[in-house]
Formats: sequence, C-alpha cells, structure tokens
Amino acid sequence: MNTAEIILFWLFAALTCGGAVSVCVSQNVVRMAFALVLTLGSTAVLFLLLGADFVGATQLLVYVGGTLVLIVFGVMLTATGPFTRIKSSAADGILSGLIGVIFLFIVASTVTSVRWVDTDDGQGIASKITLGAHLTKAEGGFNPAQQGNTTRQLGLSFLSIRPDRDLNLGVRPATSEKPKLSTGYLLPFEIVSVHLLVVLVGAAYLARTKRRTKT
Amino acid sequence: MDTLLAANSLAEYLQTNGVPFCGCLLDESTAMIVAAVVHVALVGAWFGLPAGLFIWAERKVSARIQDRLGPTRTGGKFGWLQSLADGIKLIQKEDLVPKDADGLMFRLAPYIVVVASFVAYIALPFSDGWAAMTLDVGLFLTLAVLSLEVLGVILAGYSSGSKWALFGAMREGAQMVSYEIPMAICALCPIVTAGTLNLNEVALLQSGGAWNWNILHPFNFFAFFVYFTCATASCKRAPFDLAEAESELVAGFLTEYSGFRWSLFFLAEYASMFLVSALAVVLFLGGWDDGLGIIAAIKTAFPDGFGNFIANVIGLKVFLIKSSILVCVQIWVRWTLPRLRIDQVMTTCLKYLIPISCFLFAGTVAYPLVLVTMSGRTSIIGAPAGERLVQPGVTRRTVRLTPPASSPAVAKVSAASAEGSQP
Amino acid sequence: MQAIGPNPFLFIGAVLFVCGVICMTTKRNGIGVLMGVELVLNGANLNFITFSRFTPLGLDGQVFSLFVIVLAAAEAAVALAIALNFYNNHLTIDVDRGDELHG
Repeated sequence: MNTAEIILFWLFAALTCGGAVSVCVSQNVVRMAFALVLTLGSTAVLFLLLGADFVGATQLLVYVGGTLVLIVFGVMLTATGPFTRIKSSAADGILSGLIGVIFLFIVASTVTSVRWVDTDDGQGIASKITLGAHLTKAEGGFNPAQQGNTTRQLGLSFLSIRPDRDLNLGVRPATSEKPKLSTGYLLPFEIVSVHLLVVLVGAAYLARTKRRTKT
Repeated sequence: MDTLLAANSLAEYLQTNGVPFCGCLLDESTAMIVAAVVHVALVGAWFGLPAGLFIWAERKVSARIQDRLGPTRTGGKFGWLQSLADGIKLIQKEDLVPKDADGLMFRLAPYIVVVASFVAYIALPFSDGWAAMTLDVGLFLTLAVLSLEVLGVILAGYSSGSKWALFGAMREGAQMVSYEIPMAICALCPIVTAGTLNLNEVALLQSGGAWNWNILHPFNFFAFFVYFTCATASCKRAPFDLAEAESELVAGFLTEYSGFRWSLFFLAEYASMFLVSALAVVLFLGGWDDGLGIIAAIKTAFPDGFGNFIANVIGLKVFLIKSSILVCVQIWVRWTLPRLRIDQVMTTCLKYLIPISCFLFAGTVAYPLVLVTMSGRTSIIGAPAGERLVQPGVTRRTVRLTPPASSPAVAKVSAASAEGSQP
Repeated sequence: MQAIGPNPFLFIGAVLFVCGVICMTTKRNGIGVLMGVELVLNGANLNFITFSRFTPLGLDGQVFSLFVIVLAAAEAAVALAIALNFYNNHLTIDVDRGDELHG
C-alpha cells in the first residue's frame, strides 16, 4: 500500500485513540458522547482502510447515526441541569489510570507478541475472495475484491451461500465423493431479526410514560 | 478521457500517462494525493455553488409565489449577485458565542453538519463514471454519512445553552432519525430492481431512453414520491421545518448562531437539498439519461475518446437540470404549504410513511417474480433489465447486468453438487 | 496495507478495549457506563476486521462484526430504556444511588 494510505491510517489511529481516552477522562457527559462520535467515526475509516467497505458504512449508519443519537437523547432526557457533571473522585481517577496503563501494557504486549501473519498464506481475505472472481466481475463494473468489495459476499453468506469458500469446488481434484458445502449465516440472521423485534417491543414497554411514584 | 473524473482512474492515469502538459510520471501515493486534491476542489466548488444559486432561486421563486418581485438590483437586472452580497454581509457580522454556551462544542457544531453533507457527495455520479469514487457501497455510504448531520444539529442545540435551541434540536433529532427509515427503505426499492448499490451502475441501467427509467416501474413510481417527501423532511425544509419554526421557537437550534457559523448551516442545508434531489434523479429518474436516447446514440456512434466525452458532458448538463428541477419543487412546496405541527409530522412518518414504504419494498421484491411467472419478461415497459447491455466503447465501469446477484452462485453450487453426485 | 500489518490495528483495538473497561468501572453516570460498553465492543470489532484482513478468518470476521454492530444497537436501546426507568424512580442517573437491594 502507498504512503497516502499510511498517512491516513496514522491520522485516524490517533483520532481513535485520542477520542477513546477523552471519553474516559472527560467529566461532561455530552462531551463524552461527542468524543465517542469521533472514536467510532474514525474506527469506521479504519474499517474502510482494512478493506471492509460494507462494515465501515454499517458502522457509520447504525452506530454513529443511530446508536449514538439514541445515547445523546438519553443524556438529554436524564440531565438534571445544563451541562451536568457527576464527578468521580480524584483518587479513583489516578488509581484507574494506573491500572489502565498496566492493563494496556499486558494486553498490547500479548497481542503483538504473536506473529499473526504467519498463521496464513500471507494474503488474507483478498486471496479468498478472488476464488469467487466471476462474481465480482472486475471488468464488468465492480471494484476488485481487494478494494473492499465484500458486499455481495456478505449478502450471500447471510443467505447461507459461501462463494468465497465453495466456488473453488469446480477446480477440486476429481473424486467421487460429494463436495461439502460450507454453511452460512442464515439461522443467526433470522435469530437476530427476531431479536431486534423483541428488543423494539421491550424497549418501548420499558420506556413508556408512567406516573412518577414519588415526586 | 471520460474516466478522468473518477479518483481511482485519475490516479491510474497520472501514473501511466503522466501529468498533462508536463509528461512526468508520478508514483502511486503522489498520484493519489493529487487526484484527491482535484476531487476535493471539484466537489467543493459544487458544494458552494448550488448554495448561492439556490438561495437566489429561493428568493425569486418565493417572491413570485407571493406576488412580489424579489431582489432586482444587486448585480444587474435579476439580482444575480444577491447571494454574494448576503455572503459578504454574513462574514462581516460579529461571531457571538453566548455566555451560557459550551464554547468548544458551540464552535464545533456547524463544521460537523458541513462535513457530513460534504462527504456525502463522494459517491454521487454526475455523469457516467464522473464520481469522486465509484464505490460499491455507494448508496449505503451516502445515506450513512447523511445521517451524521443530525449529530451536528443536536450538538448545536444543546451547546447553545438556550431553551429554544434545545427544543429545536430535540424536535429536529426526533424528526431526522424517524424520516431516515422510510427514506432508506424507499431508496432501496430501485436498488432491488437494479441489483447493485453502486450508484453509477444504477444510473447506467436506466440509460437508453425514458422507458427504461425506474420511475416507470409500478412500485418504484410510488416509492419516488415517498422518498421525495422524506428527503424534504430530512433536509428540514418546510412543511417539515419544525426545528426552526420561527413562530414558536424563535429560530430553533439556530437561535444563538450568527454570522459565518449561521451561514455554514445554510450552506449545508442547500447542499443536502441538492444531494437528496440528485440521489432521487440517479435512483428513479434515469440519472444523466436524456430520455430520448440521444446520449446513447452519441456513445454508439463514437465509441471512444472525444465523442464519449461530449456525451458525458451532455449527460452532466441533463443531470444538473433534472436535479435543479427537483430542488425547485422543494422550494415551491416550501412557499406553498403551511407548516405542520410536530405531532402531525411524527404521525405522518411513523404511522403512514413507514408502513407504506415497507409495502412498496415488499412489492418491489415480489414484482419481478410475479411478472416473470405471468409474462416471461422482467419489465413491462422498456427493455427487460437483463437486456440493457453495455454501450460499445465504454469499457471499465459499465454494467453487464447479471441476473440477481445470487443466481450465478446458486447455479454454480447446484451444478457442482449435481456433478459430484454422479459417479 | 502490507506496510503496516496487523499489529498497529490490534494495538488500537487494545486501547479501545482498555478505555472502555476503565470507563465502565469509573463512571458514575449510567450513560457513561453504557459508552464504555460501546468502546469495548468497538475494540472487539476492530480486531475482527483486522483478523479478517490478515488471517484465514476471511469473510467470517466481517459477518461477526456486522452481528456485533446490530446487537450493540439493540443493547443500547434496552440499556437506555432501563436508564430512563432508573431516572424516573431515583430522579438521578448516578448508578451509585441504586443501592436499595443492599438489605
């Protein structure tokens, strides 16, 4: 990859980390919410840089445009005065900061001590998706899969079809045994959709207007 | 030449052919940065231009609707330069930050709104391939970025430290979040018809004549009107401008803003008016297609090079005219209809528009199946979608419409399993 | 992104995760706790996408992160409903005040 994308990466990496830290440090809830917007938005850009266009766009649409608006509404509905702060004590802050640094050191050193790239042929998702190359039709208008065009594959996998795995069945060595098709995510997809309906009803029930018990 | 206006291909062109008039080849990252700067400049110019143009149009149209003349003297006979004069006046004004406001957030809010509606332009094709990026998640990303605008509005209202601003922002937030749902569902109807999220391909599939446009599809026809209503509401335009209802809320979330920051909000509003209209044109009204097949004929006659470029320029003009007409419809509606009450706005969306759009979406999905079963065609009017083929000479980003994206895989997989079952 | 490799992404994921945990433990505002949960989920998501790009996890990583995003939205809706209920009963959102079950 080229220098421009590396610059973009470091820029948005800094924004993500800075936003996350200021969510922790800030005492004003609304500022926390907008630091969270910054963090999640830059994470979406990191997703785009990692070649996951669809997930990045979903992150923006559902997370930043939906969930965070909901949270900001929650902040406003529960604020007792303008610019409310509920402070934690300074000792708490110092202690948690210390523990956080130690924790970060442990997690980061663990994660970076593994050579992840060695667990693969070094190609990652690009090599897998090229197997279904006639679906992506690089000459027919779609961007090549290496540039983040995973929308069709994702959609098919929700229908329990796995082009990234099954489409190389045609070139398998000729054997008499029946090919095993991979399973996709149809059942989880259905479960999630029912789950969302239940959540919709449940949240509406929980948050309905009631007479206050004490004033 | 026609591919020069797409960021990726511009970068490729600079790498392989070198800079025009200079001939020096660029390396990959420099080419990308140059392409990015060019596109930011182009899109930025188009971001600022319609604001000025449409503000002037709004003054004139509203004046005519109210039996007045509107601006007549600034810059000649028709008051052409009125927007410029307004802009200069606004920049000169003092930039106030109220004492009770949360200063940092107050200053930040207009920029969030502007960035959101600016970034939404990156996937919008102005003519065949003339988009800053031809993204395969084009429509999805556009809707996602447009939905960020509401954050800026809420931030503006909250940080102003004024009750009018807060009320306006809460109304606006509720309204925009609700209207996004039917808007997105209706935008999905032509997507289902086309089988791709790439806006360039959606428009290409409708090229060749007005009989190919999506609006002649029976369900997409109604989806267009629902989409346009929701788009008007999501731009906070009257009759849905509850956020800045001046008779009740002073000016809503804009109450405490003045000068340059206030004008940024309006820049963003007019830019997103144009954007949602342009999306409607791409999705329903054939994009840059002129409706008579002229552009397609030019492309067939001169398959590559200059003829193609000319066809694209004509397409660009057609596209801008169509979008501007839709913007003018929004202006016309604003000065004709009275403002709704907030409960009426929410009832319209939640009780009527969402069920209607769900029904239209289900209908769009079921329609080709029923039609193929009954008549063996995928479209009553115009060429069946599968037969709208590549125009000759357009190589890279044109569409060869496959049957709905799943079927090759199904065919392949079932063929593979059938093959495997034979001894 | 061969020049960068998975480790910087995983490190960002770790920062998000740790910040989220700290947020969850120290904030007394109920909605602040919720934001901590969102940060943790995002750290996990970033790791999923990184692994889908650099390791044999492939498409499954992206599918998983889509599920995480959707479920996080559902979780936020329910959590906010609970927070609003808490506010209705206690007239504050300070989670330290919800101690009536101490006995």
